[in-house]
Amino acid sequence: MTKDGAPTSSSNQCSSGRGGTRRRDVLATVTAGVGCAGACALAYPFLDSLNGTRNSRVGEDDTVDVDLSAIPPGQQAVVTWRGWPVFVQRRTAAMLASLQALGAAQRLRDPESKILQQPKDATNWHRSVVPEIGVLIGICTHLGCVPSYDTPSPSDQSGKYACPCHGSQFDIAGRAYKNAPAPYNLPVPPVTMVSATHLRIGQSKGDPDFDIANIQQI
Amino acid sequence: MTERSNSLSEWLEARLPVITAFRREYVNFAMPRNLNYLWNFGAFATIALGLLILSGIFLALNYTPTVTEAFASIEMIDRQVSSGWLVRAIHMGGVSMLFVSLYVHIGRGLYYGSYKAPRELLWLTGLGLLLLVMTTAFAGYILPWGQMSYWGATVVINALNALPVIGKPLAAWLLGGEGLGNTALHRIYVLHFVTAFSIIGFVVLHVAALHVAGSNNPTGIEPAKTDDTVPFHPYYTTKDGLGLCLFLMVYAGLIFFAPDILTLADNYAQANPLVTPRDITPEWYFAPFYAILRAIPSKVGGLLLAAGSLGVLFAVPWLDASPVRSARYRPILRIALPILFLAFIALGAAGMHPPTGFWLWISRIAVAYWYLYFLVLLPYLPLVEISKSPPSSLQEPRG
Repeated sequence: MTKDGAPTSSSNQCSSGRGGTRRRDVLATVTAGVGCAGACALAYPFLDSLNGTRNSRVGEDDTVDVDLSAIPPGQQAVVTWRGWPVFVQRRTAAMLASLQALGAAQRLRDPESKILQQPKDATNWHRSVVPEIGVLIGICTHLGCVPSYDTPSPSDQSGKYACPCHGSQFDIAGRAYKNAPAPYNLPVPPVTMVSATHLRIGQSKGDPDFDIANIQQI
Repeated sequence: MTERSNSLSEWLEARLPVITAFRREYVNFAMPRNLNYLWNFGAFATIALGLLILSGIFLALNYTPTVTEAFASIEMIDRQVSSGWLVRAIHMGGVSMLFVSLYVHIGRGLYYGSYKAPRELLWLTGLGLLLLVMTTAFAGYILPWGQMSYWGATVVINALNALPVIGKPLAAWLLGGEGLGNTALHRIYVLHFVTAFSIIGFVVLHVAALHVAGSNNPTGIEPAKTDDTVPFHPYYTTKDGLGLCLFLMVYAGLIFFAPDILTLADNYAQANPLVTPRDITPEWYFAPFYAILRAIPSKVGGLLLAAGSLGVLFAVPWLDASPVRSARYRPILRIALPILFLAFIALGAAGMHPPTGFWLWISRIAVAYWYLYFLVLLPYLPLVEISKSPPSSLQEPRG
């Protein structure tokens, strides 16, 4: 502490009272500004660390092969791909007929699959690479529950999906019904038919540029 | 101020007077006008502690406290988590910065007699903080589950076991009965958290005690006139601020240019219960106490002297018989105390070297002086020492 000036705190409190900006105000503002910039710089690594891990999947094979011969007609198998449940169905003629039935489209939100929820080679009336085999990611587009599969029965030969959480309904090709909360069709993963009884999820021969991360909603 | 914010502050004031409390304790708080830069180190320790807790929380988000996963999760933080290497460097560098600040802070207290009445509780809460920080640092060093973590923990837990009466149950509680394994690692992880957050509570006690007695100053006499004190803001906010800038520059230098200078390469090999590393060396901040442990050719004796070297610090307010606070006015203590600081540094150096020949004798001489200082010089020096009379006012030039 130097000799000049009595040490009182009043000197810096009445700065604006004297009119105009004083040197000390400029210094205080600049100090506070630089301090805030420093705090932001310090916050960066902490917030950045919340972005998770890099390269964690490099070199890892994330395709899943499914043997279709084990699935009886009208039934589905559930496999895991990237942590999601994937439904693989073997469709019957009656199920396929229900997809093309007259008036079926009127009850659907997006009957022609215009919204990007599937690769190009599944943008068709059956939403799959071949009509007899359907592959869907089993995550309801409403709030993420797994819809349950109602197998075709003598009374209803078409089969459908019903979500237990909020009553969303989808037809056998995963198309969302109107009058239910789910806004989009169920996503279709990239699929390649390796042989007539064997398919590979995670790779699309018909749409090689397809990235599941780019679809409307999973 | 506008009328609106005025009424808001009045509303708050009537219910929880935090604004006036803050003004009273941190803006207008009367500080001695003659504090030197050694009085910055408490603020440094607080900042280092804050950064340790912040970075610790973000490390905990990615750490897995199991024997099989712990080492890999630390490697993942260093290599894969975005900015993870930086968060960990802030945490590891923070420990050293905190210990440096604490040791200087304590040394300053010893030199200027800050432990004497009426500041005994301030001194005791501060030493309590040191013990908590040491416990937290020890627990934290085990978490990466490297070779040094594992063998350091083994040695300390076996040392605990050797303590009479309390040793065995204490070690058993820490280990959970199955040796140094998953249960122990999980307990040590929880201990690291619990002690870290207890430190915050202890800091509150320490600062509360400081604000009752007020800061000591280099002359060791109490401020008498109003001219002897200046308000905390802006005088010491700026002085602490300037010191803090330098402190953070050193800290940043450690983080960005030498993140590994204070760590041991052996701790980047995963813990192996079948092989002890060739050279077991503690972290630098534990080295003085480690040196005491090795200097004494007796298991229990070494432990007691190492623990006692901290224990005597707790007794300092009652060991020191001189009424004069500051070493500035005590010609013999003014030489004896810097020798104590040298002894502490010599012990630290000895702790980083193998305990043979030269270093063994250095550490034995240093331990002997440590106890001589506290048990003989502090109580009996005033009988022979002729102290100079301290000035009557803080404004008089140094004598």
